[in-house]
Amino acid sequence: MNALDAAFTAARREGRGVLMPYLTAGYPAREGFVDLAVAILDAGGDALEIGIPFSDPLLDGVSIQGSNQAALEQGVTPADCLAYARAIHQRSNKPLLLMGAYNPIYAYGVARFYREAAEAGVSALIVPDVPLEEQEDLATGAAETGLHLIQLVAPTSSDERLARVAARASGFLYCISVAGVTGARSGGVAETARPLVARVRALTEVPLAVGFGIAGPAQAQEVAGFADGVIVASRLVDLLRETPAGDRMRVATDFIRSLRDALQHPAVAG
Amino acid sequence: MLTVPRAPEIVMHDGERSAWGHLAESVRMSHGNGDGMTETMGSLARFGPYGGQYAPETLMSALQEVEEAYEEARRDAAFARELAELQRHYVGRPTPIFHARNLSRRLGAEIYLKREDLAHTGAHKINNALGQGLLARRMGKRRIIAETGAGQHGVATATVCAMLGLDGVVYMGQVDIERQELNVFRMRLLGSEVHAVTAGTQTLKDAINEAFRDWVGHVDDSFYLIGSVVGPHPYPTIVRDFQSVIGREAVVQMEEEVGRLPDYVVACVGGGSNAMGIFHPFAPHTSVKLVGVEAGGRGDALGEHAATLVHGVQGVLHGARTYVLQDEHGQIAGTHSISAGLDYPGVGPEHSWYKDSGRASYVSIDDEEALAAFRTLSETEGIIPALESAHAVAYAATIARENPGSTILINLSGRGDKDVAQVIPLLEGEL
Repeated sequence: MNALDAAFTAARREGRGVLMPYLTAGYPAREGFVDLAVAILDAGGDALEIGIPFSDPLLDGVSIQGSNQAALEQGVTPADCLAYARAIHQRSNKPLLLMGAYNPIYAYGVARFYREAAEAGVSALIVPDVPLEEQEDLATGAAETGLHLIQLVAPTSSDERLARVAARASGFLYCISVAGVTGARSGGVAETARPLVARVRALTEVPLAVGFGIAGPAQAQEVAGFADGVIVASRLVDLLRETPAGDRMRVATDFIRSLRDALQHPAVAG
Repeated sequence: MLTVPRAPEIVMHDGERSAWGHLAESVRMSHGNGDGMTETMGSLARFGPYGGQYAPETLMSALQEVEEAYEEARRDAAFARELAELQRHYVGRPTPIFHARNLSRRLGAEIYLKREDLAHTGAHKINNALGQGLLARRMGKRRIIAETGAGQHGVATATVCAMLGLDGVVYMGQVDIERQELNVFRMRLLGSEVHAVTAGTQTLKDAINEAFRDWVGHVDDSFYLIGSVVGPHPYPTIVRDFQSVIGREAVVQMEEEVGRLPDYVVACVGGGSNAMGIFHPFAPHTSVKLVGVEAGGRGDALGEHAATLVHGVQGVLHGARTYVLQDEHGQIAGTHSISAGLDYPGVGPEHSWYKDSGRASYVSIDDEEALAAFRTLSETEGIIPALESAHAVAYAATIARENPGSTILINLSGRGDKDVAQVIPLLEGEL
């Protein structure tokens, strides 16, 4: 069984939401990145999204633009991302996802990238700039390696698109909470998130995870009231950027624990 | 000797003559892998293997909406009439063909200039901005997002927004803002907001990134008025169609005024809109060789030029599969050109197809050669070309040298007034 499926099944059994933190590979520093990733998983991350840095991240706000840029300045390559995944996998049996723009994967060779990702112990790929219509090569790679290719839906997706995307979903369906770029939002979860989840819930049995703008325990708890998981990215990146090197591990793991606690007790839907 | 490009087999799946009198040649290819995916994959316009729609899900419905609105507009006689009326009375079309006799004598070839520099706002960019502006208004979108490099597309968009009563928001790299101060002021004077982009290389590619990010957050009320034949489908097709007025006029003008088609059509290529605009109507005329001139910058090393088709490899940038300047890890490269309008690491996907199919050939001209041509055309003909267009003028001299007596049509895509401030320190003391 794909480790990602196991994580969702286990969380469902325990009656809680799945927590999927995101780190940009090699950020905030190459040194200690694997330790940081393992610590985040050990502190309560159910799965880890590892971002493949890209020079032109179209769908990202300033936080993840910044972490991408910093990682590239440290020379982080797609091959390094695979190596990080391999090293993390050796120390944690939790599912790992690689997430990034298509061009670096395309340049690496889609089939080769999938093969090496599978060998490294990766469970799934998320490539947000490749919609359903352009997924032929990515879908082939997923089928050949058993990795999930995670599909995304957005509040702006038409009903007709939602049906087509949901039909191809595997692993989980990534529900983009808001029509906008990534970035922590103050206040509650975007009001567009819940209706989106309700629309796709009717279309698929696949678990639904919500990302974009989930900044802390309160929002995570709110999301867990209507979805099966949350993705927390920009806020974690912000914390890592704002915190002096010596405190990062503690601050990051405290943050993960607070999210995990919130997910144990989902807000009552309604 | 310039290699003679062969004509590609252009598949015409849609040969219908549109309302404004040209052939729609969106090459539609369904793609599936035989496991039943064809149904869910749909089909998208491609140019050979290039183009497509590599866009985030958040924009997919908006792209579909633009495509549907465009298809509808294409078939609407009233839309065509309004566009034609404004092209004539607002833009000043048709722009003339000018026989550059002094330059012809100097180069030993017959040089003709398609005078897009005489179009309102001083460049071909207005053709597309006007067409898309009308489309946006038709769609009920009041807020217009645009990116700009040299500022010409920004100015054209701001102009159309002022005339149509729409709100313009223009993204421009900080580096470009500094070298195109005049155009920044023009945009603001015309009532548009100009936002400086300080991310990445602070040039055109970053302005496009930022425009996309804005659109992702304002899909409901905003229209992205992209300025070149780049981006996800349907943009490369829409921009090509609106710019093809250049080539349609030029074919007729050459036949009627000169009595023959040119041997060569030469145009500069950044994203490639003026080149595609003049190439496309000439493409079926297989005797006419099409030559795109990219920015050679200050050298062949990655980062020193913007010659995507000459030096790039296949990749995916800004929504389309196309040639891209990138490093071995798939990171988009920085570029350099004396000309802000050519300073871009991608290129329109249809140009990638023209290159591979052999219908056009692509070469580069470096900063110094472009600057020399900027002077030459000013001195010989009294026409100050945009630095972008000067690249095409420079390469015409090479063609003339290798093919004496040939007839060469240059797309003079814009006027050079915007570049004078930048050129003063480069030429001072020489004049």
